Amino acid sequence: MSRVLTWLAGDPQADRAVPPTGFTARLTVFTAAAMAFLAVFALALSLATGRLADRWASELAQTSTLRISAPPEQLAGQTQAALEVLSTTPGVASATPLSAEEQRALLAPWFGPDLPVEELPIPQLIEIVETPEGYDATGLRARLQAEAPGAVLDDHTRWREPLVEAATRLRSMGLLSLVLIAAATAAMITLAAQAALAANAQVIRVLRLVGAQDAYIARAFVRRFTLRALGGAAVGAAVGLVAVALLPRADVAGGFLTGLGFQGAGWLWPVVIPPLAALVAFVATRAAAFRSLGEER
Amino acid sequence: MIELENVAYSYGGAELFSGVDLTLAPGSFHFLTGPSGAGKTTLLKLCYGELTATSGTVRLFGADMRGIGRDDLALARRRIGVVHQNCEFLDHLPVAENIALPLAVAGRAGEGEQDLSDLIAWVGLGEQAGQLPPELSGGERQRAALARAVILSPEVILADEPTGNIDWEMSQRLLRLLLELNRMGKAVLIATHDLGLIRAAKAEVQARVLRIAGRQLQVAGADL
Repeated sequence: MSRVLTWLAGDPQADRAVPPTGFTARLTVFTAAAMAFLAVFALALSLATGRLADRWASELAQTSTLRISAPPEQLAGQTQAALEVLSTTPGVASATPLSAEEQRALLAPWFGPDLPVEELPIPQLIEIVETPEGYDATGLRARLQAEAPGAVLDDHTRWREPLVEAATRLRSMGLLSLVLIAAATAAMITLAAQAALAANAQVIRVLRLVGAQDAYIARAFVRRFTLRALGGAAVGAAVGLVAVALLPRADVAGGFLTGLGFQGAGWLWPVVIPPLAALVAFVATRAAAFRSLGEER
Repeated sequence: MIELENVAYSYGGAELFSGVDLTLAPGSFHFLTGPSGAGKTTLLKLCYGELTATSGTVRLFGADMRGIGRDDLALARRRIGVVHQNCEFLDHLPVAENIALPLAVAGRAGEGEQDLSDLIAWVGLGEQAGQLPPELSGGERQRAALARAVILSPEVILADEPTGNIDWEMSQRLLRLLLELNRMGKAVLIATHDLGLIRAAKAEVQARVLRIAGRQLQVAGADL
């Protein structure tokens, strides 16, 4: 730790040996800031889709729907029979038939609020909530076939799996984006460092002739680029955090995109971005410096 | 300390010199003369490892240059003070910091501040210490380069036309400094066209005068 602090404090003489170069300094700060800003969003996307995948996986796995399509005179009887079957099925925590109001609310987005559901041949829906252990879907279907022939069990498997798969892939893409952002930052800082090294060829030559070792020459460049990346990334991450914080709240709009953001301790994750950017800059500049210095005597 | 054994150097396919044998032992004093383009500066660069010999062996403080790493070469250069012909400096740093640069790279920044002031005063740059190198005249740059070359009290001093841009009085002061350092046991090699400087030195010290001619290093005649 003391070595890191000593390094951060720097060697004023070594730092002064290399003149500040405006172009590479601005490029590094801008790159770090822009990449940190993007990294905050990639991180937010990754965390949000992770939450979404977990929620969908758990919520949809815990519920299923029974749809009873029967002639109007048989509908009430088959519904009652199905409820009795469900009440004796292990793994079913509760089974609740949807009321006409609830069915109307479900159809309202498509047909408007005044739909006369009582007069339409709409199937009766029963919402089933499972226990954590779940039920035997094949066995339940067989029993329902006998007691309520018009009942169709939808355990959400058909559309749950693609949804969870999509959310999981989105999370992976968010993480991949973070890796690509880090790689792009490293590439940009390497180019900026190489430009700075080339622009200071005469300085390096003079330092060499008076006996400077590679580590001394590299240190001035590496420390400078690392601190620039740290500062730029801190600004970019802060702006990104503010932008994420200003997104509409999930409980207001309820949609997926408005759920993009951080929750609880998740707000601490972006704090990691500036030190990571500094680490990337340190490694990239050091590699570029030693490679460049190794090319000549 | 510095040994060249059967050294040849070619540039662009043309041989500049060959068969060069030279030893800079502690306390030795050498002048190197020869026509322009004969290879004086190249020979000096071989002596501090800026160039690598085409063939032959160059040893710095016992280490063969063919196997020496960059960091070890840097350490060796701290034991060699070089006054370059074109006096390169860090143009963004004041003269005093340029002169103290070898101390800084050796991790001894801040050491001997009084000695630094004395040295700057001795080379007559007291008033220019805070100026930037581009603001100095040719002679002032030469003196600053000399001060930088000797600040680490090196064991060998190599100077390439050190009096090329300075007046007679300053060249005599410079010579006195080099003679003084030589009496302290430092090896000195000066590449120069300045016959007056050579004669003045020979009056005070057992100086060996070498000449590059016909791609060979020869001992110069007694007329020098």
